[in-house]
Amino acid sequence: MRNDPILELLDVHAAYGRIEVLHGVDLTVPRGSVMALLGPNGAGKSTLLKVVSGQLRATSGHVHLGGTHVNDASPDALARAGLCTIPEGRSVFPNLTVTENLRLAAYGGVPAAHVYDVAFSRFPRLGERSNQLAGSLSGGEQQMLAMARALATNPALLLVDELSMGLAPLIVKELYEVVAALAEEGVSVLVVEQFADAALAVADRAAVLVHGKVVATGGPDEIAADLTHLYLGGAP
Amino acid sequence: MLSAFLTFTVLGLVTGAGYAVAASGLVLTYSTTRVFNVGHGAVAMLMAFLYWELSVHLELPVWLALLLTVGVAAPVLGWLAERVMMRHLSDAPVSTTLVVTVGLLVLLIGAAQAIWPPTARPVQPFFNGDGFPVGSAFVSYHDLMTVIAAVVVAAALYALLTFTRIGIAMRATVDNRGLLQLYGARPSLLSTLSWAIGSALAALAGILLTPVVQLSYFDLTLLVISSYAAAVFGRLKSLPWTFIGALLLGLCQSYAVGYLPPSELLSGVRAAIPALFLFAALLLAPQAQLRIGQIKGIAGVRVPSVRKALISGAGLIAGTAVLAFVMAPQHTDRMALGFILGIVMLSLVPLTGYGGYVSLTQFTFVGIGAIVVARLDSPSPLTLLAGAAAAAVVGVLVALPALRLQGLYLALSTLAFGLLMDKLVFQADFAFGFNGSLEVPRLALPGLTLDTPASYAILSVVVFTLVGFGVLALRRSRYGRILLAMRDSPAGCATLGLNLRWTRVRLFGLSAGIAGLAGGLLGGLNQSVSATEFQLFNSLPLLLLAVVAGVTSVSGAAIGGMTLMLLPVVAGEFEALGGLMFLLIGVAALGLGRDPNGVASRLFTLGRWRPSAKVTVPFRRPAPAYATGTAAVRDVPVSEAPVSSVPVSATPGSPAAEVRASREGKW
Repeated sequence: MRNDPILELLDVHAAYGRIEVLHGVDLTVPRGSVMALLGPNGAGKSTLLKVVSGQLRATSGHVHLGGTHVNDASPDALARAGLCTIPEGRSVFPNLTVTENLRLAAYGGVPAAHVYDVAFSRFPRLGERSNQLAGSLSGGEQQMLAMARALATNPALLLVDELSMGLAPLIVKELYEVVAALAEEGVSVLVVEQFADAALAVADRAAVLVHGKVVATGGPDEIAADLTHLYLGGAP
Repeated sequence: MLSAFLTFTVLGLVTGAGYAVAASGLVLTYSTTRVFNVGHGAVAMLMAFLYWELSVHLELPVWLALLLTVGVAAPVLGWLAERVMMRHLSDAPVSTTLVVTVGLLVLLIGAAQAIWPPTARPVQPFFNGDGFPVGSAFVSYHDLMTVIAAVVVAAALYALLTFTRIGIAMRATVDNRGLLQLYGARPSLLSTLSWAIGSALAALAGILLTPVVQLSYFDLTLLVISSYAAAVFGRLKSLPWTFIGALLLGLCQSYAVGYLPPSELLSGVRAAIPALFLFAALLLAPQAQLRIGQIKGIAGVRVPSVRKALISGAGLIAGTAVLAFVMAPQHTDRMALGFILGIVMLSLVPLTGYGGYVSLTQFTFVGIGAIVVARLDSPSPLTLLAGAAAAAVVGVLVALPALRLQGLYLALSTLAFGLLMDKLVFQADFAFGFNGSLEVPRLALPGLTLDTPASYAILSVVVFTLVGFGVLALRRSRYGRILLAMRDSPAGCATLGLNLRWTRVRLFGLSAGIAGLAGGLLGGLNQSVSATEFQLFNSLPLLLLAVVAGVTSVSGAAIGGMTLMLLPVVAGEFEALGGLMFLLIGVAALGLGRDPNGVASRLFTLGRWRPSAKVTVPFRRPAPAYATGTAAVRDVPVSEAPVSSVPVSATPGSPAAEVRASREGKW
């Protein structure tokens, strides 16, 4: 395994119109690690993911994916190059069936048959509902469908935003088991989470983002101990 | 009896099949890109001309001409249209997408007129009209080909959208374009493909339908526009329902020809069947939900102060008066016409500029005003008001049945209304009389005669100025603020307890009334009015120029009116520019369609050093989120027009720092 990090952010600034949200973020995700990105509401976590996935252009600074400068890459080019982004909320197409949703996952560069195979063996419930519209699935099943894409396409880096949003704790646990399994296979993962516990349980590194700046990085245990302190201010 | 029925059924099904081909292309494009291509009919028309050029003029074999037209030229045209005009429109407001595609329509008609000047171009149906009998009816091979084409198109589209990955991705675009990009699909490729296919289907429909009306710029375009009714029947998304709608429409038309007793009124009804069908389909459409969670603020131009408006108005009148006595009479008349057209544009300012509604048929209301003034046949200025009142009443009547409709459907209902008025009223005896034109007496004010060109020009500019003041007063009033709020967020207004429907009905009435007033003046200027002046197709350049010149300001209306008057003059002086007029407006509309404030706003900001630097965000004290948001909506430079909800970080103290950073030119 090479030693250079899979994802590297150097002094990244990003803004919506005239409002700057990220004020110089430095962050490194080593290859094969699971990084949890934590932070309070409005800290800029989702914005950071948008910058990495190419949906929002950084106003300054550098984004390196696998050693390549990708500031100007479009989201679809990054996706085809092996970045799998699961955005906040239900990231499925509600008016397509489960099978059709999985068919689109094949844009990630694997045959559709392989996607069906992986998805239906890992999540048998999706197999039972393969001809149902994705919009008629429960929230947990929709999130499974989204995770199936990550499982089947074997990405170089997986970005997950707020996996737990609006889901029952049991289902959240099951989904994080998938993340852990992916990490086992060597997939690098960046998990953004507002509720720290679930994410810290699978992570081997963590960073805390407050007011658009990374205020702490370290092992999950250190971060967990300092979290209240970091969220409520007083950090450097 | 039965044999006649069979004949009409076959005829209806064949026309319906032609409509189906056209409508399915429209639906495919709309459902993938969210852009309703008003110019679809013009694409069909242009491609039918090209087919004629290749097969008749250059004498290529039929199959080769078909292949080159449908398989090469039309997709390239669609690709170009998507690439140049539509790419960034998928998130734009409906009014913008409509105006830009109307621009495409006008542009293509202009192109056709420029490339193929009017002359007789007889077109033979395929296989020279040979055919075979079915029972007692005769089916030509051309008819058979039309039906087969429709079936093949239906099957191919179904297969594309169901079984191929790119087809599934096209359907996914509708759900969530951004997410699809994260999956790795190229959205630009998808929309290009859908425009290419849509355009090819338009071409096919145009070629198949040509024998019905022969090659003509407007009739063929209108014939294909008839198929929009079928697309609306399919709710612009369901291909099977679109096909059913197309067949129903074809049958209705055919039976109407066969079974409605011949009388003058009913012949109008017969011609108006597509429009009636469109109206019916629109009225049966389910109620659109109010948009929520989406704020599309458009920075308007600055409203001038009362003092400034008065000074400009007085200056305009004085300047016009001087010119009116200096210039030759025919130029003075043209100037008067410019101001009268300016009043028509002013009628669009509250409706489109403030309210965000698109009327595709504003000249119809002008026509109503003109008819009333002509029929009253008196020089009293009260006739003008009567004309305005009549137009306003009709405007309200248009808005009433369309109360439930929003955005695109509302605009289409004005299209249906314009077609209906064309066929049912303006062609009838009780409107413009037997030969389609009426005499109009000049106005006479007490103690004043207005029979010289100069005096009439001054009257026109005075009325224009007064109406302009009225529009500005409206903008400053409570009602004006409600209009802007309703345009930006209908759902927000509804939750505040505003009665959207009543507001909208009044708005349509007001706008139609202003147009009617202009109609009366127009009649007086020419001292005659005729039906052809008020046809639907004349309304489209009007709308385009209004938007290009600036539909949010009175100055924009003045510029637009003058330009609309000048275009035919210029085209008349320079023969070579014949179709160029349409071409010019089309191109301008494409460029400026994205900026609703138009040329006028550019003029305002012209000699001002970076007016955009005026950011009035509270500086020292931390601003609450909404204050920053509204300041942004009101004061951003026009070039940054769509200010969507700007997320404001809740950090105490930090907004000021951010503003300072923005002052230092960081962004």
